[in-house]
Amino acid sequence: MSNPQQKSTSTISMLRTLAGVATLSGFLIVFVYEFTFPIIKKNRAEVLKKAIFQVMPAAKSYKKFAEKDGKLVEISEDQEIAEAYYGCYDDTNNLIGFALEASGMGFVDIIKVLYGYSTNKEAVIGNMVLETKETPGLGDKIEKDADFVRNFEELDVKLTEDGSKLQNPIEVVKKGKKTEKWQIDAITGATISSKAIGKILLESTQKRLPVIHKSLDVLGASK
Amino acid sequence: MSDKQLKGQNFNTFMKGIWEENPVFFQLLGMCPVLAVSNSVMNALSMGMATTFVLVLSSTLVSLLRKLIPKQVRIATYILIIATFVTVAEYAIQAISLEVYKNLGAFISLIVVNCMILGRAEAFASKNKLGKSILDAFGVGIGFTFAIFCMGALREIIGNGTFAEIPVFGENYEPWVIMILPGGGFFALGVLLLFVNWYQQKTKKGATK
Repeated sequence: MSNPQQKSTSTISMLRTLAGVATLSGFLIVFVYEFTFPIIKKNRAEVLKKAIFQVMPAAKSYKKFAEKDGKLVEISEDQEIAEAYYGCYDDTNNLIGFALEASGMGFVDIIKVLYGYSTNKEAVIGNMVLETKETPGLGDKIEKDADFVRNFEELDVKLTEDGSKLQNPIEVVKKGKKTEKWQIDAITGATISSKAIGKILLESTQKRLPVIHKSLDVLGASK
Repeated sequence: MSDKQLKGQNFNTFMKGIWEENPVFFQLLGMCPVLAVSNSVMNALSMGMATTFVLVLSSTLVSLLRKLIPKQVRIATYILIIATFVTVAEYAIQAISLEVYKNLGAFISLIVVNCMILGRAEAFASKNKLGKSILDAFGVGIGFTFAIFCMGALREIIGNGTFAEIPVFGENYEPWVIMILPGGGFFALGVLLLFVNWYQQKTKKGATK
């Protein structure tokens, strides 16, 4: 049976309501975004700073670099670029490594990590998840599972002699099957998320470590 | 209606959501965040406050616009309003604390599909005046926060030996880690529902005697 009230509602009235609420919604979201953006940006910078010293524990200071014509050039900390290189220095001002941001698709959404690369050990010596929306209780183990986190205490990422690629690409293996230093033990029940971390690190190291290698002499890193 | 009667009615509207019609304990609504984000007191309180914020503001707007929203497009309009305030809450939480934002993860966005919020918009705010709708939303929001807080406290105390990160038991206490894992969420909810229903029946029996 038809509802008489439904019949009397005009198309214009329905469109007007939806368009009106959508416009109001748009204004509100943009206003809040504009207001909160500088605060969020400042918060993110603070978190990043803290994360850099966490993935490179021996670091006492850092400088921001960008890639230009295949080599690293120093830039100011405020300058925003997609793939920054954070050169880390010890207390005697020697370059000891880099903290690098990397991201890739996880099971749910983009996972963003920051990892520490030691130029001396030629290894990833720390990894921290900056942003994730992986399934709570499962995928979020990539930052909480102690065994998984241990993979990044000294993950081998040595380059070939010419410094153009990794000697042994990082690979993710089933939990307990790790035999080589460049392998990552996956997490049982969060295989996709742990494989995603492996892929993110592999892609990032393959692309960025050769750039670092080319610039080491100029930057005067400890070897 | 006299002023006294009106005040009493408003008080009842507010209190109903907190206990008698508590969304978690008696209506079993919004179970997803209740089970998932109640592994610590701070996470539980943050989620409770974010949900209350969205609930109060969406009920306010729905009530204000109730005479302008045609029935045929009401659900789409309510969802749009709720999604707007969830986005606002998401930015606000990021501005307040990135740590809290990271801990709540995907569950902030999932407030959009919390049936408790859409339920209050459809069942109450769309039929009642502004003041009453705000009171109802506040009551339900506080009720939700209270329930998720109870879950968070129970799970954190047993599962981690702490309350809001403050140690409760001595160093010799061996935490029941299962309580802060997903399985512990179901167990804690079962225990709380058992207790609440037992208490409710006891008070009802007492009232009929």
